[in-house]
Amino acid sequence: MTKTINLTLKVWRQNGPKNKGRFDTYHAENISTDMSFLEMLDVVNDQLTIDGKEPIAFDHDCREGICGQCGCVVNGRPHGAEKGTTLCQLHMRHFDNGDTIAIEPFRAMAFNVIKDLAVDRSALDKIIQAGGYVSVNTGGAQDANAILVPQEVADLAMDAAQCIGCGACVASCPNASAMLFTSAKVSQLALLPQGKPEAAKRAINMVRTMDELGFGNCSNERECEAECPKEISITNIARLNREYFKAGFFS
Amino acid sequence: MALDAKIPGGPIAEKWDRHRFELKLVNPANKRKFNVIVVGTGLAGGSASATLAELGYNVKTFCIQDSPRRAHSIAAQGGINAAKNYPNDGDSIWRLFYDTVKGGDFRAREANVYRLAQVSNDIIDQCVAQGIPFARDYGGLLDNRSFGGAQVSRTFYARGQTGQQLLLGAYSALMRQVAAGKVQMFPRREMLDVVLVDGHAKGIVVRNMINGAVERHAADAVVLCTGGYGNVFFLSTNAMASNVTAAFRAYKKGAFFANPCFTQIHPTCIPVHGTFQSKLTLMSESLRNDGRVWVPKNPGDKRTPEQIPEADRDYYLENKYPSFGNLVPRDVASRNAKEQCDMGKGVGETGQAVYLDFADAIHRDGRDVIAKKYGNLFQMYEKITADDPYQTPMMIYPAIHYTMGGLWVDYNLMSNVPGLFVLGEANFSDHGANRLGASALMQGLADGYFVLPYTIGGYLAGTAKADVTTGHKAFDESEKQVTGRIDRLMSIDGKRTVDDFHKTLGRIMWEYCGMARNNEGLGMARGMIQELRAEFWENVRVPGNAADFNQSLERAGRVADFLEFGELMIVDALARQESCGGHFNERFETEEHEALRDDDNFCHAAAWEHSGDGREPEFHKEPLVFENVKLTQRSYK
Repeated sequence: MTKTINLTLKVWRQNGPKNKGRFDTYHAENISTDMSFLEMLDVVNDQLTIDGKEPIAFDHDCREGICGQCGCVVNGRPHGAEKGTTLCQLHMRHFDNGDTIAIEPFRAMAFNVIKDLAVDRSALDKIIQAGGYVSVNTGGAQDANAILVPQEVADLAMDAAQCIGCGACVASCPNASAMLFTSAKVSQLALLPQGKPEAAKRAINMVRTMDELGFGNCSNERECEAECPKEISITNIARLNREYFKAGFFS
Repeated sequence: MALDAKIPGGPIAEKWDRHRFELKLVNPANKRKFNVIVVGTGLAGGSASATLAELGYNVKTFCIQDSPRRAHSIAAQGGINAAKNYPNDGDSIWRLFYDTVKGGDFRAREANVYRLAQVSNDIIDQCVAQGIPFARDYGGLLDNRSFGGAQVSRTFYARGQTGQQLLLGAYSALMRQVAAGKVQMFPRREMLDVVLVDGHAKGIVVRNMINGAVERHAADAVVLCTGGYGNVFFLSTNAMASNVTAAFRAYKKGAFFANPCFTQIHPTCIPVHGTFQSKLTLMSESLRNDGRVWVPKNPGDKRTPEQIPEADRDYYLENKYPSFGNLVPRDVASRNAKEQCDMGKGVGETGQAVYLDFADAIHRDGRDVIAKKYGNLFQMYEKITADDPYQTPMMIYPAIHYTMGGLWVDYNLMSNVPGLFVLGEANFSDHGANRLGASALMQGLADGYFVLPYTIGGYLAGTAKADVTTGHKAFDESEKQVTGRIDRLMSIDGKRTVDDFHKTLGRIMWEYCGMARNNEGLGMARGMIQELRAEFWENVRVPGNAADFNQSLERAGRVADFLEFGELMIVDALARQESCGGHFNERFETEEHEALRDDDNFCHAAAWEHSGDGREPEFHKEPLVFENVKLTQRSYK
């Protein structure tokens, strides 16, 4: 049932990558429990604007949990405490009247703060550029049914392919590692026959690029799996490790 | 100005082959001498950028998101059509072509639609080769399902995330070309003007959304893949940043805007539940494969769905349209939902909803089978509404989803401005007055992978190369105009927020230019929009400053354009004195309340030319000639 609650927000404010940040306190009043977390921030921002203050900058776009552009750390948890949920799909019915909520940007060496809660995640694009594709030009592909793909293989590939590239795995990892992100793409393509020819080169290049960009190593903390809004499994990391070692042995 | 669609001659099945032969080519060594700008990285922009770069062109690609992977094509759920006929159920290129022309209520250009159906099969081949994990059956072959307006299963899908997987395929091809140095990627840029030199599109002016810098980029051709304008209604299934600005700026520079009043209302969305709501969420049309739509038979029946026995339920789509049942096209399903709610049979707290019930399907196939097909959609529904669709029917209501109108283009996908190409949802050509489900993904990828890469060569090879730099005075003028507008927005310092204006505009558009329209309402709405626009420029408040990451300023620019564009939609809706597809004027309906076309007077695309601020736009007509299908009253009974 719809009801309204009052909240205290402690929000990270930072003017730019080189500036020092700070927590500011705001009061969010008469928040409907049917609102999403981002709609709650909209209401706060509207009030800030009317009061002549600068609204809180935060990234968002599709607001249906698929584009991967939104994401903040809410009370210490990327995308908040609900399992398998992006911030835009986190609803206020999971909060209680009188709660205090701390809201911070995703923090990692490879992610610079742009402003307030918005961060630069272009490093994730660079990892994909290092090999997260099948090298096939447009045109000339054979008939789509020419190569059979067992259903269970297609399903496993799809499980990995669901990654939305939000960076919550990096933000949740004590080492700020991007292993879950990288392994999801490596797995998807290594599982499918179309991606197999480049599997070894892909694993090596993507991992190397990840290291160069300042992401940390994986030390099996499993925080990434717990916080991933698409519930991508760390078995993908095991699969990446296998591809990586295989590549080392046979190259 | 005469509108020449440049449709090749000959039988429809041979037009595209013939045209590809007749098009001039740019030889492989010369391609690297040409620079092409692509704006937008959805299915159309992503696929076009990657393919042009593979061919050897130098590509500069721009997007407003922080990464090209986030364009709103990613949110398409259900699937992509192709005429593969893998299920052996009688599909063919001709049938896909016919279904699409009929589904669009005979207001699309025949030759374009036929080409779309022809290349649909190549798209599936290409996407599989890229490693897209489409759904497979037990033998490892690709699986298909059905969508509205078709009686065959021709829709390929990747769970409920088909758009995501196709977009990530195009994105990965794009990233490969970035790594190869053939594409230069500019994320977090918003296009604010197109620059013309001697009448040809030669560049764009963009705002860097991180630091507010206004930047100039020159090229030999400009390709707009900037999506639709559904957010003119404020509440829609579009992403928050989806806008009309790029297309509208091109319109102001002389590109014609075609059929702006053709908007699609999607029948299965989660109903509106509060004034704070920022967007609407679609529940895929694929759900209508297994879900049954119903309302209580008696108006005002307040019992819970479980308490209403079969005898007191009205499965109105199945009863009214026995051959297509729950899978009638979107415009028909939407209007019928509205009709039921108008009769007082709507359900839920607001009475603005109907049920979509899976109980029979779960009983028939088991919960596991249904979960496998729609699991993520059911989960999304539960997250938003806190209701479990495995236990109780979903509640759905129509919402703005897609816009068939867009910049006018010829058969080459070039607008009337030479060198300015428009792809995907941003153009007008393929869906007529109503788009069938799973056809948007098909069109975006057809345009980007298989049409533009040929036709742009024809333009570049057939036009004298003029090397324009960003120092050209046309860039000076354009930048001056862009900066002037930004400064003006920042200096108003009024009392109402940008969103407040946007919401008011959205309510006007939904009320008077939404699912049903009438001449009196449209006339009234036009005045209301003019007043609102005047107030906007006096009373909007844009906080912060322009040389900064300023999301209020971004939105202010977009809403300013929507406030002008909304009026153009109304002008178009008033000029089209008939009903067709998604454009339903209450004066023109059949006895069975279906859209009543007037083929004698309105069998054309209406293309509007900007003729100066405050002046009536000038009307141009492209007559639609149907040589291969017979115009009939659409019937899905």
